[in-house]
Amino acid sequence: MTTSPPLTSRLPDTLLRNLARVTGDDKHDPAARSTLDVLWVLHEHVLQLAPWESRDRFLLSKGHGPASYYAVLATQGLIPESWLDDLAGFGSPLGHHPDRLLIPPVEISSGSLGHGLPIAVGLARGLEVARAASRVFVLLGDAELDEGSNHEAIAVAGRWSLGNLHAIVVDNDSASLGWPGGIGARFTGEGWTSTDVAGSDHDAIRRSLSAAGDRPHVTVVRTERKGS
Amino acid sequence: MRARFSTTMADLLRTDERTALVLADIGPLDLVAGEPAEERVVNVGIREQTMIGVASGLAMAGLRPFVHTYAPFLVERPYEQIKLDLSHQERGAVLVSVGASFDAASEGRTHQAPADVALLSALPGWRLHTPGHPDEVEALTRAAARTDDRQYIRLSTQTNPEPWPADGAIHVVRPGTGTLVLAIGPALASAQGAVKGHDATLAYTATPVPLDRAGLRELAGQHERVVVVEPYLEGTTAHEVAAALRGRAVDVEYVGVGRTEQRVYGTPADHARLHGLDVAGVRARLLARSRPPRPGGPGA
Repeated sequence: MTTSPPLTSRLPDTLLRNLARVTGDDKHDPAARSTLDVLWVLHEHVLQLAPWESRDRFLLSKGHGPASYYAVLATQGLIPESWLDDLAGFGSPLGHHPDRLLIPPVEISSGSLGHGLPIAVGLARGLEVARAASRVFVLLGDAELDEGSNHEAIAVAGRWSLGNLHAIVVDNDSASLGWPGGIGARFTGEGWTSTDVAGSDHDAIRRSLSAAGDRPHVTVVRTERKGS
Repeated sequence: MRARFSTTMADLLRTDERTALVLADIGPLDLVAGEPAEERVVNVGIREQTMIGVASGLAMAGLRPFVHTYAPFLVERPYEQIKLDLSHQERGAVLVSVGASFDAASEGRTHQAPADVALLSALPGWRLHTPGHPDEVEALTRAAARTDDRQYIRLSTQTNPEPWPADGAIHVVRPGTGTLVLAIGPALASAQGAVKGHDATLAYTATPVPLDRAGLRELAGQHERVVVVEPYLEGTTAHEVAAALRGRAVDVEYVGVGRTEQRVYGTPADHARLHGLDVAGVRARLLARSRPPRPGGPGA
């Protein structure tokens, strides 16, 4: 993969400062920040959170390594920036895995892999029943897709034609056994539409996340390889 | 019980737009088919992990999901989903199982989950019901539709001759002296037969978790011995009973389903006899003051 342009050329200074506050590290290793771009584009350009009662929902399924998520929430004004200075301290609302009861704008608690997508499928179906216009976004990692529960949910979402459901798979090539033939194929075979985008291409991410149709859609975000 | 659950559920789906039913290819798949309520009956196919996740998501959208399948597939297979998607997320759902303990005796171990209540009682805040009569099933199902908490309703093919109020309280079926026999759910039928000609007090509850601790404490104070007859894994009720009787010098023993895997088929009646949960078995335990260890049973 070609080297991406530096984070500083495409992400606001405040976000990067906030990320450094969470991690206590100002080097911004891109491989360790695989979710930062897509989380920023989603919150800055796509998610409609007002009015709160009929907001779009974002479920972070890949709750492992949530520093980027916390930095985005603080930069968006959804949590106080001061929270960023005490990651996983005793009494801190921000842990190594997010707890929705401790962080008001967070929709689900996560950490154990393979839980977000099945919940998102139920939420999307429930919002359909409620005739709500809200969209449901759920973010997974490529290694998280190893968990079989995801494949149950991918099939159900496809069969139910949940057009209000958007999955985002951040692919930093960390699945031990890989996904020969590509990640998107796991979804399209079950009736989803799929788009592959580069993590540094904010316009492409935005376009894919704004896709509307009568089928669920997955955006596969290719980022630099974990550990590279 | 299963039939009454279906008719009650159909009525709730028709009359309460909050109610939803989540299935995994087992149960009343065509309930309210062709009616407006049909969209609130969802079948995920044979996918029990997603069944629980979907219930959590439906609850997020404001619905009241009932989730129904065979006990081992409802409780044991997706146990982490129950722990995280429902408990940890603080999302409400009502799990309704069929195939209690050895109801599916002829199906073998794969279709038996006598530890279901023990597993769910390890999670905080659940209300676990073991109704002993179809009337109790209907009362519990209707009550559960009106709340947002996490409940488990364990349907069984074993039933008691008469219904009792399924209100969470311990009810005295027959007053007596000396020994208090507390029968849980469908275990009452055997216990009733076992106390005939014996002067023990017989009491009943359809809700072992949370147990009516005040009720048990008061009743136990009038007795020197408590025998709990439980329709699931023996000892499951022990932590509730211990909490209720803390500080009381009273002899407590449990008659329930043994831990040893029984590699035999047959009927539920065969297995009740095997585990000492039939009339003769319960009576023998009632009369045996010295509590000898049973061959193959817990502690053996």
